[in-house]
Amino acid sequence: MGMKNLELIVGAFILMGGMALAFLALEVSGLSHQSSEQTYRIHAHFDNVGGLTVRAKVTMAGVIIGRVADIHLDQKTFSAVVEMDILKSVNHISRDSTAAILTAGLLGEKYIGISQGADEELLTEDSWIEDTQPALVLEELIGKFLFNKLNTPSNTQH
Amino acid sequence: MREWVQVLGRHGIQALKTLGVAGIFLFQTLWGRPRLKTALPLWIAQIYAIGVLSLMIMIVSGLFIGMVLALQGYNILTRYGSEQALGQMVALTLLRELGPVVTALLFAGRAGSALTAEIGLMKATEQLASMEMIGVDPLHRIVAPRFWAGVLCMPLLALIFSSVGVLGAYWVGVDWLGVDSGSFWANMQDSVIFQNDVMNGIIKSGVFGIVVTWISLFQGYDCIPTAEGISRATTRTVVYASLAVLGLDFLLTAVMFGG
Repeated sequence: MGMKNLELIVGAFILMGGMALAFLALEVSGLSHQSSEQTYRIHAHFDNVGGLTVRAKVTMAGVIIGRVADIHLDQKTFSAVVEMDILKSVNHISRDSTAAILTAGLLGEKYIGISQGADEELLTEDSWIEDTQPALVLEELIGKFLFNKLNTPSNTQH
Repeated sequence: MREWVQVLGRHGIQALKTLGVAGIFLFQTLWGRPRLKTALPLWIAQIYAIGVLSLMIMIVSGLFIGMVLALQGYNILTRYGSEQALGQMVALTLLRELGPVVTALLFAGRAGSALTAEIGLMKATEQLASMEMIGVDPLHRIVAPRFWAGVLCMPLLALIFSSVGVLGAYWVGVDWLGVDSGSFWANMQDSVIFQNDVMNGIIKSGVFGIVVTWISLFQGYDCIPTAEGISRATTRTVVYASLAVLGLDFLLTAVMFGG
């Protein structure tokens, strides 16, 4: 085989590797989706984030309007601070909107649902959502339910 | 008891000695400025022999591993009604573990054993010695191009392996088993993070490439120059390279995803 042919085949091989990398970056990890669109950052305190993870969806009426950017603990109030990147195109969320941590299906992934408030003032870069609902932790619910069930018969006997 | 300790010590010293010789071997191979004019054609020829000729086995195994993952994963996930997580499961498994590891194992079997046998035979027929006689350093002329070719080819092959695996899983999961195409990709893109998963996979396969090629070349260079010696060296290459890959994989995984 001539040197020209050899170089051609090796070039094609390296190109193929590059294409595989591009495929993994764009299609599999969806790199273009997060970087292409302009966002603004809002924050919210939650009593309990449950199983919420970074890059989880932020939705409004079921439509994805952003992603969770970061989750950390506020050392002063001992509540969780969730940072969200909201798409610039969604710019009419009022300041007294409610953010709740919801679950897709019974055992599905956690995401944040924002429901619109009534205030005239709007959320902008670096503003806080005050009204939040923590995640429903299934074990706690079951625990409370069992506790109530156990307590009710003994209460009635007194 | 004393003899037993002595045997242990002898083996320990022997192992350390071999490791040291292998380290010096690698250092001497990489030391010195390569002349680009002469090195580049040799390098390209080795990329062809090591990478391009291994492409077929990687594509076929990647395709089948992706398909089997989709089939098995679907059966388990459908029990919990979450078969839309199929894409996520397959992509993470391939990118983090199976892509780099299986590629490295196949690479050790397909390319590593060939390298050992080739260099071993060169040594047995005294080609390496005659090269030294005419003033050409066999480490630079023979070993270095093969080493760099192996280091470059391993990550490329692993990337191709993972991509083909994802496509195979897509084919089985979406076209055959009827998972929704949209949620297959969306779930995958939600959970796969480029910097963590794809980059760590590339780092892993780069490390495996270095280790597998190093072991193969050293075994060939170090072998006893007889027919039996070459066959033993080839076997050792596959065994040591596979063990090194699996052990290093645990270490790297613990560092990358452990804490």
